[in-house]
Amino acid sequence: MKMQGIDRKTFIWLFETMLKIRMVEEKIIELYPDQEIKCPVHLCIGQEAIAAGVCANLKKTDYVFSNHRGHGHYIANGGDLNEFMAELYGRVTGCSKGKGGSMHLADTKNGFMGSSAIVGGGIPIAVGAAMGSVMQEQKRISVVFFGDGATDEGTFNESLNFAALKKLPVVFVCENNFYATNSPASARQALDNIYKKGLPYGIPGIKIDGNDVGEVFEAARVAVERAKNNKGPSLLECRTYRWKGHVGPDCDFETGCRPRGELDRWLKKCPIERFRKSILKEGILSIRDIGDIKESLGREIEKAVSFAKSSSFPKKEGLLEDVY
Amino acid sequence: MPWTKVYPDRTEFENARKESGKPLRGLTYREAIKEAFTQILEEDSRVFLIGEGIDDAGGVFGTTKDLHKRFGRSRIIDIPIAENATTGIAIGAAITGMRPVFIHMRMDFLPMSMDQIINHAAKWSYMFGGTVKIPLTIRSIIGRGWGSASQHSQSLQALFMHVPGLRVAMPATPYDVKGLLISSVKENTPVIFIEHRWLYEHVGYVPEDMYTVPFGKGVVRRIGRDVTLVGISYMMFESLKAQEVLQKHGVSVEVIDLRTLTPLDEDLILESVKKTGRLVVADTGWSNCGVAAEIVSRVSEKAFKYLKSPAARIGLPESHTPASSALEKEFYPDYKDIVDVISKKVKE
Repeated sequence: MKMQGIDRKTFIWLFETMLKIRMVEEKIIELYPDQEIKCPVHLCIGQEAIAAGVCANLKKTDYVFSNHRGHGHYIANGGDLNEFMAELYGRVTGCSKGKGGSMHLADTKNGFMGSSAIVGGGIPIAVGAAMGSVMQEQKRISVVFFGDGATDEGTFNESLNFAALKKLPVVFVCENNFYATNSPASARQALDNIYKKGLPYGIPGIKIDGNDVGEVFEAARVAVERAKNNKGPSLLECRTYRWKGHVGPDCDFETGCRPRGELDRWLKKCPIERFRKSILKEGILSIRDIGDIKESLGREIEKAVSFAKSSSFPKKEGLLEDVY
Repeated sequence: MPWTKVYPDRTEFENARKESGKPLRGLTYREAIKEAFTQILEEDSRVFLIGEGIDDAGGVFGTTKDLHKRFGRSRIIDIPIAENATTGIAIGAAITGMRPVFIHMRMDFLPMSMDQIINHAAKWSYMFGGTVKIPLTIRSIIGRGWGSASQHSQSLQALFMHVPGLRVAMPATPYDVKGLLISSVKENTPVIFIEHRWLYEHVGYVPEDMYTVPFGKGVVRRIGRDVTLVGISYMMFESLKAQEVLQKHGVSVEVIDLRTLTPLDEDLILESVKKTGRLVVADTGWSNCGVAAEIVSRVSEKAFKYLKSPAARIGLPESHTPASSALEKEFYPDYKDIVDVISKKVKE
């Protein structure tokens, strides 16, 4: 794993954050059959390194935009876990007051300005936030997470052109998990070249192992620096894999959506297990330290679930509020 | 332009000038738009204009002409032909606290932005529990006549009225266009601002100061007792012509100008219908599932017992706009159609 240039504190933060995302997602899988979470969930198990590796480079004031598979981004960007869980449970204490659910998380305190469930829909909005930042001389950069399916959309291409034209401080982060709903990349894209799609516009692109948090961290660091130094946008293609089905808590190989062998190969590339090995090897944390972190995260997650379950549902008067 | 010569209508302003007995400041609709922009750009550094060719020699039919010379191209922004993404870009800038005005020379280009307008701008506040606001104004223009044909003439206001979270403005007078444009930019909501090209040469009273016209407040342009006639945008002027003709035949028509379609000044219409007992709505768009259909529905839900005759819609037939001037004449309703419909209504 690429670990040069990462200090101990960041190492631990990255590990804790990835583990937190994983454990939150596993908790959702456990709770989902109770049918108290009454909204579709798009889990990001297996993709944790990208959210953590990118967000480790961001300030609270930077803008982040996400998509329907956004739990990891919200958590890695410092979103409140109680508000997250309450949002999934449709409670008024949720980060979107129960109006958005799993697909529409926001946390404006930390610059997390919203998540669009329209594929590619958030990309131009992130570009616009970057433009707004430049116009107000705020020096905030804008990051947008999207899947490989979004690169098929017009908004992606239109946004790359505009961001390059105006040299805007945007980092485009493609989480290429090779599936758009259930369609494999080979059914949608003539070439396996997402990272090159910005090149005609003059946007540098890099293809990285999205399951190697060190590699993600380093690529994001370079892209964030470029943005901050007014050198314009960058495109990161982080190759990873979605362990669960497109939506819901189950795997989907049983239904023939994808081959079992493919999933098995990726399970062996678990980003957290790889990172854990490096951490132990480097002596940054001990097995006992890791156990303590897990225990502490477990408590935090239980607390968030209790918070959510004990929170009130929105009152009916809230139905028509916030339309404008 | 030939079509502006066909329907110049300065009577409203001239009458007002005579009645007031003092010099009233008159501007054309196009000048009123430009003045609104000039003043609001001066007042608020968060405001910027963005759209295809808005800094070109024509300047969107004169409404943005030379503004880039005064405010610079960082605030008067020409863009690539990419309607959907650039709408999203304007939304993103609005999220950061800017106040963009997105300008489309033709309303027909809005369908390419529908994802960003309907799925994003309209919903962004609601989806996040009101924590993020979108102060975005999207301005577009309806064309008509001179062979504009099917893709350069559409009146799509009903599409936007249908979606919660969007305000829809259709000002008919120079006074309203300035005041509503300023309201649109100042308020924290997405607004679809629709102008009609045939209004650009209309002259009316426009105060020099900055002022706002509220959303959801219509006005009675002519008081009458026999029939309520709601005229939308340019059709308000056709309604005024019809009113004059009918007056000569002893039919008293109350003409209502709604100014904004969302929110809709339902009370004003209901009050008028309760008095007159008859309703005719003249819109610039298609009748089917249109603005007039909505108004007629609301009246039948809330004031049915007051109706002396069935309400009527005047709008475009179920067809696209033909280019040939001979067919155009058949396609577009005018004051004569309104006169015909109302003449029958009062006899029913």
